[in-house]
Amino acid sequence: MSQKTFALLAWILVLGAILIVVVLVSLSLGSVNIPLGRIVEVIFQRKGSVEHSIIFDLRMSRILLGFAVGSSLGLSGVILQGMFRNPLVEPYTLGISGGAALGVCLNIVLGVSKIGGGLSLPLSGFLGALGVILMVYFLSARKTFRIQGLLLTGVMISFIASSLIMLIMAVSRVEELQGIIFWIMGSLEESNWFLIITMLLVSLAGLLVAYLFCFDLNALALGEEEARHLGINVERTKRMLFILASLLTGCSVSVAGIIGFVGLAIPYFIRLLTGIDYRFLLIGSFLAGGAFLILCDTLARTVISPLELPVGVITGIIGGSVFVYFLHTGPQQLFRKT
Amino acid sequence: MIEARGLGCGYDSRFALKDINFKAAENELLGIIGPNGSGKTTLIRAITKIIRPQCGRILLEGEDIDGMEFGELARKMAVVSQGCDTEFDIPVEDYLLLGRIPHRKAFQFLETERDMEIIQRAMDLTDTARFRKRSLNKLSGGERQLVFIARALAQEPRLLLLDEPTNHLDIAHQVKILDLIRRLNRENKITVLIILHDLNLAGEYCDRLMLMDIGGVHKIGRPEEVLTYQNIEQVYKTIVVVEKNPVSAKPYILLVSEEERARKQSKTERSGHKNK
Repeated sequence: MSQKTFALLAWILVLGAILIVVVLVSLSLGSVNIPLGRIVEVIFQRKGSVEHSIIFDLRMSRILLGFAVGSSLGLSGVILQGMFRNPLVEPYTLGISGGAALGVCLNIVLGVSKIGGGLSLPLSGFLGALGVILMVYFLSARKTFRIQGLLLTGVMISFIASSLIMLIMAVSRVEELQGIIFWIMGSLEESNWFLIITMLLVSLAGLLVAYLFCFDLNALALGEEEARHLGINVERTKRMLFILASLLTGCSVSVAGIIGFVGLAIPYFIRLLTGIDYRFLLIGSFLAGGAFLILCDTLARTVISPLELPVGVITGIIGGSVFVYFLHTGPQQLFRKT
Repeated sequence: MIEARGLGCGYDSRFALKDINFKAAENELLGIIGPNGSGKTTLIRAITKIIRPQCGRILLEGEDIDGMEFGELARKMAVVSQGCDTEFDIPVEDYLLLGRIPHRKAFQFLETERDMEIIQRAMDLTDTARFRKRSLNKLSGGERQLVFIARALAQEPRLLLLDEPTNHLDIAHQVKILDLIRRLNRENKITVLIILHDLNLAGEYCDRLMLMDIGGVHKIGRPEEVLTYQNIEQVYKTIVVVEKNPVSAKPYILLVSEEERARKQSKTERSGHKNK
């Protein structure tokens, strides 16, 4: 095993360890603090107790969903930044979040959720996201996959969607407004285990599929023409990766709302740490995205407990501050070129 | 080895290349020369399937490249293009391993012993092993060009395409690069297709030259057949003097400034008057 492979494996272990620590801390903290040492005991031995129920029904579900959503966003971000060769692209740049939000807004205003039940909100969000994905794809990628055109189309569709959302909000009633705002702010509170498990499977499947393209992404880092010289079918790769990243984003947004920053900053940081090798970047962003979102969610529900902050607020404030701090005072050479 | 038959291609509907016919034999070092905009790079892009021919065919070892997968193509030929990203922050060794991508099997995620052997050999050939740990964007222009060639060699190509590899290099590096390419051609039996702007270097190093003129082939032949002052003046619209290199006896092209040309002309006119 080469030295580099060894170093990358070590990074994966470190990230895995961080993830486990974050999960344990998150299980232990909350309105009722359960000491770290007792968690294992509670999980295995005290079924039916109050603590067992807190850990499983309240905290574990959020942790699993947080992991699934965070890792999907991190993965989607690293894929998109790789194929666009642009560190400022993030999962929401393509207008997918706007489409999902629009779908949910329409659902709430038209009162579908009252009839359709709990699954109808994520479903309408997903339909909205899917609509945007198809629109962006067919507008700019049907014949040849023009990557800059794709980006511009996505940004414009974002604008249109957010304008339409404002329009809907302007004419909707107060209780509907609350529902819309609550959804847009993003939350990991989800009691439906079917959704949580589905989301977990989606993120894992996303990682597996993305991993098949790790060398294509490595080659694409050299530019599209160079990638072709290395035997990559660039057109096909871009199409597949776009669809994959879109689906990951669409699923995340429709389940958890719009949680910013994870898909932008996590891939950026991971790349700074280890350089450009997607064999590691994919796994690294996946693990780090999951751990970061679980951590932020833990803070969101404990900082001003018993009140709860929207998790997107925490990801933005913490992530953004760290990012800006490093950008201006941290090791400068890290930020020169990605 | 590589052959174009009635090739026409270009961007949009405008034809940049018309009716190109040429053939590079096995183990040949064929130079492509011609003015800016004559379609040299376009020809390379057609051979590498970046753009599709609008008519005609390109054959690699007798097989039409249109029916070949990108991966298959990349196992047979490697390209050192002008567009290589020079600001890429990646250790040289990792950069060279990218050249092994076409040879990877499905689900092979780690480097094999053989991969490491091949990039070691590529580094030995190009004399780049001493900066294997350094980052690509920290190398000088000449060193970087050697690394680009090493990455191409990591693909184990039978055909090597180079687009102005000596651009912006000092004379020592120009000679070093071209000596290397010639050695690869002679000793490692790699067929080479190389675009060069410097006619003297082209004449010195290539077995044959292909002189291109706006979208077509003006002449193909040995350097002394192609690099005549008639051909050059016709294609480049520039007055030149062709001499012989005293060491290699290859054609050597000299340029003359406008001032000197005027002086010479007035001199001949004056001497003409005297003779009268």
